[in-house]
Amino acid sequence: MNAPLTAADGEPLKKKLAREQRLKQFKAIALVAPLGLFLLLTFLVPITSLLFRSVDNPEVVTALPHTSQLIRAWDQRGLPSDAVYSALAEDLARAKADGTLADASKRLNMEISGYRSLLMRTARKMPLQLAAGESVRDHFIQIDERWGDPDHWHAIARNAKSWSPYYLYRSLDLRENKSGVPELTPVNERAYLSIFGRTMWMSLWVTVFCMLLGYPVAYWLANLPKRQSNLLMILVLLPFWTSVLVRVAAWIVLLQSEGLINSGLMALGIIDHPLQLAFNRTGVYIAMVHILLPFVILPSYSVMKSIPPSYVKAAISLGDHPFAAFWKIYFPQTLPGVAAGALLVFIMCLGYYITPALLGSPEDQMVSYYVAFYTNVTINWGMAAALGSLLLIATLALYAVYSKLVGTDRLSLG
Amino acid sequence: MVPEVVPDTEVLVSFRGVQKSYDGESLIVKHLDLDIRKGEFLTLLGPSGSGKTTCLMMLAGFETPTHGEIRLNGALLNHVPPHKRNIGMVFQNYALFPHMTVGENLAYPLKIRNFSKSDIDAKVMHALSMVKLEKLAHRYPAQLSGGQQQRVALARALVFNPQLVLMDEPLGALDKQLREHMQMEIKHIHDSLGVTVVYVTHDQGEALTMSDRVAVFKDGIIQQIDSAYNLYEAPVNSFVASFIGENNTLEGEVQSLQDGLCQVKLGDGIGLTAKAVCADRAGARTTMSIRPERVRLNGASEQCANRFQGKLQEFIYFGDHVRLRMDVAGNPSFIVKVPVSELDGSWSVGDSISLGWNPEDIRALDPLNP
Ligand SMILES: Nc1ncnc2c1ncn2[C@@H]1O[C@H](COP(=O)(O)OP(=O)(O)O)[C@@H](O)[C@H]1O
Ligand SMILES: [Mg+2]
Repeated sequence: MNAPLTAADGEPLKKKLAREQRLKQFKAIALVAPLGLFLLLTFLVPITSLLFRSVDNPEVVTALPHTSQLIRAWDQRGLPSDAVYSALAEDLARAKADGTLADASKRLNMEISGYRSLLMRTARKMPLQLAAGESVRDHFIQIDERWGDPDHWHAIARNAKSWSPYYLYRSLDLRENKSGVPELTPVNERAYLSIFGRTMWMSLWVTVFCMLLGYPVAYWLANLPKRQSNLLMILVLLPFWTSVLVRVAAWIVLLQSEGLINSGLMALGIIDHPLQLAFNRTGVYIAMVHILLPFVILPSYSVMKSIPPSYVKAAISLGDHPFAAFWKIYFPQTLPGVAAGALLVFIMCLGYYITPALLGSPEDQMVSYYVAFYTNVTINWGMAAALGSLLLIATLALYAVYSKLVGTDRLSLG
Repeated sequence: MVPEVVPDTEVLVSFRGVQKSYDGESLIVKHLDLDIRKGEFLTLLGPSGSGKTTCLMMLAGFETPTHGEIRLNGALLNHVPPHKRNIGMVFQNYALFPHMTVGENLAYPLKIRNFSKSDIDAKVMHALSMVKLEKLAHRYPAQLSGGQQQRVALARALVFNPQLVLMDEPLGALDKQLREHMQMEIKHIHDSLGVTVVYVTHDQGEALTMSDRVAVFKDGIIQQIDSAYNLYEAPVNSFVASFIGENNTLEGEVQSLQDGLCQVKLGDGIGLTAKAVCADRAGARTTMSIRPERVRLNGASEQCANRFQGKLQEFIYFGDHVRLRMDVAGNPSFIVKVPVSELDGSWSVGDSISLGWNPEDIRALDPLNP
């Protein structure tokens, strides 16, 4: 066995090295810690709570604890036992007193409309005053015959757990049928699938337009002398100098029926009716492409800048036509940058809110609009969180597919 | 009227009165008349910025001459696009296509020429065997060493049998040992294929060892085009003399001319006899050039027509020889090469040593600092 190597002072070399590296690691951690903490608080915690909120379902369990517990044992056939009716009576009396009934009735009203008034009306009749020999069930049915309807009990049963896939199902135009299996809602009630589809579709087009417009610009910039390309790069970055809101407002001024573009074209006699450019899909595309263009140009530019012109020259000297040489030799080498830019733009598009909200018609609103709607207008955290979570999951899934196709290790953001 | 150019079977490429300007203000190539012979290894040598690459790019078709004409096999080349010229090129950074394997890189020019699959495979393997890389056909360029990439680039430029191959500082990125090895390898490939090579370098050693002829460039003008031997032994002006090999210079004024020799008076009034190369009239200033190995010391100098006393300043040891730095006729960095076997043990710094040289060995050229 070799004796462990020691440093000049007799201390084992390994130990000395470890101590040295501990210090380095400590420094690295100290440098990263503030950002790590910041990200934890502003990113991980909100996302976790978002995912949690999308399945969180506390209202019924909180307001009707005994009923919830008993109804879980119900075989879902016919009506529940008298014991469940008694538990409901007891729960309603208490819930009325401590004010948790409002949330529960709002939640159940989402399942079957009219449930709110049913609960309120029944709660007013509590505590129970049973006539002699009368069963609790009969008494309830006498208060409101809907208590004799199994569907109303199924609604409670579905919500007798403190979590529920209800919001996620609804965000996908699904609902649980009586046996708890998800099925598509009737056609006239569907909404969200087409909103998700529209979000993807519009993002795709914005990305395509950005690439078609951005690639040639990046190529041009990459082949200009440095002084000129620096100057022009400032112009490319100009959109970042003003807020999105201001730019959208500017686009409204330009694009609307009496706007600069329409009045200009009419004055030149090119058109005689104003073109519908704002408050429809066209306007949304124009403004979004304008805002997101730099995100394609920058990574493409920096990759193109790193490709020496000798590659294409070599291909031409070998006998290839310049266009073919560009396509076979230059273009494949720019893919990492272009793909990174496209991914960036697409993902940013998926979450776009303000531009479609201001420049689009109701038919052009994307998922984020409904997230905002449920957060600000109806204060339905469950739906807002479910839509947000699905958007997040869809984004991650797309990213996974994309990285399989392109290879994320090959992406280059510059 | 442009005189009719008679196609010369020996000449492959001819530049006639070619000028090139990038900005419309200065000429990068001032006036180029150059004939490249079939099968020769011609090197364009010159300091960086002297317009060598520009000449090569005009020949390859990536730059157009501002004036003048370039002919290949007697046919005017000016308006032939680069991909139709059938000229092989090796770039300094090799320009191997990174997303293709070595084999695909070599197959690239063959596919364009519509060779059959089996022809392509055979030609690719043949070209790879020429540079001894048969085993690496399936590697990507990034998986090769610098020297291997260099060989692949060479093979790719040759695989489609071009009659002319251009190389722009192809060995510039390699370390010294590998570079010297590749110089020999390129030379041997040239000899065995008989292809015409135009080679660009700023390394005079490279130019001298590899080339049949070397064209020395300065400021867009060819100063001298000649064999390596003549460039070294008979430079036609001070620039060539100082750019190629080591040389000692002495400044003076021409006193008289006779039989190809001239009498020159040095700054301190001493006279000497030199071969008149550029000196054409009495009274002209001249810079004379003599190679360090042509200077003789002590007894060996007694027969020489030009004799001086030099003060020994420094010994510089080189293993096989020693360089003595001496103060001779007002030049304090006059170098004399002495084989170790001829070194006199009694010499020491500060000694005065007699030295001399023959008039044919010192060339009176144009004044370096007019
Ligand atoms: N594409 C170009 N545009 C403008 N100037 C150029 C271009 N290529 C070369 N030059 C200029 O021409 C001069 C000669 O360049 P080059 O032919 O590359 O010399 P060398 O290869 O001998 O080093 C240099 O001063 C360089 O700045
Ligand atoms: Mg060069």
